[in-house]
Amino acid sequence: MESARSVFLRDEEISREDHVSQHDSTLARLRRDIGRLEGDALSFGGEGPPRVTLGHDEADATLQGGLLRGALHEVFASGAQAATATGFIAGLASRVAARRPLMWIRQDFSERENGALAMSGWCELGLDPRAVVTVRAPDVEAALQITADALACDALGAVVTEIWGESRHVDLVASRKLTLAARASGVASLMLRIAAAPSSSTAETRWVVRAARSPPRSSWQGWGAPVFDAQLVRNRHGQTGQWIMEWNCDECLFRDASFGGPATHPQPVAAAPADRSHQAAITLQRRAG
Amino acid sequence: MISALNDAATRLGLEPGLPLANARAICPDIAVFDADEAADAQTLNDIADWCDRFTPLVALDPPHGLLLDISGCAHLFGGEVAMLKTICDALRRQGFVVSAAIAGTAACARTLTRARSGNVIAEGQEAAAVAALPVFTLGADDAITRGLRRAGLKTIGDVAARGRHEIAARFGADFVALLEQALGARDAPISPRKPLPDYIAERRFAEPVATDTVIAATLSRLAQTLIASMNRDGKGARRLEASFFRTDGAVRVIGVETGLPVTRGEIIDRLFRERLDALADPLDPGFGFDLIRLAASRTDDVVAAQRDLDAHVHDSDEVAALIDRIAARIGGSRIVVHLPQDTHIPERAMLAVPAQHRFAAATVAAWPARAEAEPPLRPLRLFAQPEPVEVPFAEIPDKPPTIFRWRHVLHTVVRAEGPERIAMEWWRTKNNMPTRDYFRVEDETGLRFWLYRDGLYGEGGQEQAKPLAWFLHGLFA
Repeated sequence: MESARSVFLRDEEISREDHVSQHDSTLARLRRDIGRLEGDALSFGGEGPPRVTLGHDEADATLQGGLLRGALHEVFASGAQAATATGFIAGLASRVAARRPLMWIRQDFSERENGALAMSGWCELGLDPRAVVTVRAPDVEAALQITADALACDALGAVVTEIWGESRHVDLVASRKLTLAARASGVASLMLRIAAAPSSSTAETRWVVRAARSPPRSSWQGWGAPVFDAQLVRNRHGQTGQWIMEWNCDECLFRDASFGGPATHPQPVAAAPADRSHQAAITLQRRAG
Repeated sequence: MISALNDAATRLGLEPGLPLANARAICPDIAVFDADEAADAQTLNDIADWCDRFTPLVALDPPHGLLLDISGCAHLFGGEVAMLKTICDALRRQGFVVSAAIAGTAACARTLTRARSGNVIAEGQEAAAVAALPVFTLGADDAITRGLRRAGLKTIGDVAARGRHEIAARFGADFVALLEQALGARDAPISPRKPLPDYIAERRFAEPVATDTVIAATLSRLAQTLIASMNRDGKGARRLEASFFRTDGAVRVIGVETGLPVTRGEIIDRLFRERLDALADPLDPGFGFDLIRLAASRTDDVVAAQRDLDAHVHDSDEVAALIDRIAARIGGSRIVVHLPQDTHIPERAMLAVPAQHRFAAATVAAWPARAEAEPPLRPLRLFAQPEPVEVPFAEIPDKPPTIFRWRHVLHTVVRAEGPERIAMEWWRTKNNMPTRDYFRVEDETGLRFWLYRDGLYGEGGQEQAKPLAWFLHGLFA
């Protein structure tokens, strides 16, 4: 036993001089190559760009410490879920931006379709409306151009681009441009795509968000903080996942809201009959309580 | 009524003011065109734009005159005589009939143009120059001119020889003032079309330029010159105007505004690049520009901030510069910051103001604080125009609806809070708008809405049976 080990050790010692250096250089070279291919010199070896925790432990673990600053993040939602996605991206933006100004670039049409961003509601989420500069872009092309411009300004904390519907302007080239701009300045680029289907892009993360039901409480308590069913469908540096998150308006961070149970709260088994809807609502509340 | 004539018609003995029927009686085959006063005024304006290349102080003297204040400019064009010749020749080449004069006062020069073109009157010689001219050249009212002729005063010299009080008693003080100005004894300022810019830099080209690169290079050189002279006075530009003078006389003016006084040439450069890129009708050089001018029409004192110790100052400067660039591209009203308003009406609680002008004010605005440990009470997205929803059934007097239809989709309410009653501001609106009962409702999929009922049950007395309208005002996250 003893001899075998010493032999093994000696072997290792002998080979260390040439072997290790060779091994190291190969590995380093491969890493460099991958880094170059990925266009991300910082993600390997050196200190990575700062990440910002969301507050939701599991999500943070999956994201390897949080949301990457200086990268493009996309949030997709159906047309009906516009406000929910707005709330989710507002949360992300405020986490990333910290106290620095936030630029919210919105396509004109989205305002007509989903309503304007209301600063009183922004306050109610615990966010600071003073730091928000809103840009009403006439069309998608202008919105993307302004986003690229804004990302070059490192005094901003985050740039949110809100685009309604599918658009041929939002393609791989556009997302590549935004990714590079974000990486160069370290400003997070958050893309809110309403009524659009996820498509390929160079985004760091991609989320599909919809509203989750409020946690079970007695009916007189009403609803609680905003609850999101957030599905991470792309994560360039890790796993994907799905979580029920709650935005904590007082602490300004995301919290787990699945309450130990499955991802959803009890749902009515059948659609409530239209003629007896008030009864259906009562049944549901009892079940929920 | 004839308003203008050509030379041939004048030789026939026609004159402006003659009724058309009389003119036809004198000469049956005259060609008649309708007078277009708006077009005439526009042409005069265009000529005035073109004249901007000689002096920034150009005043309109309708219907057919322009006054140029050339104090201190004449030497740039080879002296007064040469300058007058340049202007007249250029205008004649374009097909205009020109009569021009240079004199110590605007009224004197105008009087001279009515007699003969090309007069350049030295300082102090005004009275002698106009003495022999007939009184109509003063350009006073017809009644005054006729009155002067009846009194036997044929020339301006005759009028000037009379005592001023006599003239004033008969023809009014205004006429005396005009006379004095024409004689050079008194001066009245002209009222230029545009205020004089604080700083001007310009470049003339012997060969017209038309390429973008030359134009951009010229602009940045002019910006450097402008900045240098502003720096000497400790000023920064708030509004800049670039004027492009085309060889064929057309002038295009393009302006940019900034939120903070600009003190760096590169910033001006970049703003103009953005603006020129984003123009709906691009700059058309035609046969080329022979003069490009950059003027700072509004300037502010620059407060030098210490950069190194306070990084925050630097940051907000950078954001302001970004806002300026975006405003130059898509217009200042499209980039906004928000100010709180002291009202309970949800749609009026927030005021969007241009970020260029109010960015600093918005960063210190006092927003109402939210209640701790409360879920959001106001929606994140608010519709400018509340959208009507169909509510087939709601318990009276003030219960939330159990189902509602919005945008053709039926939502079942599983959770509701309210009502939150918001009365309209009766002291503001004349016609009293109904009180609204707001409800925060959540449907079976977790979507959250802000609904309101317009009006209260039983308010209208007999109309109690009439169902009240429901609206969706906003969406919660």
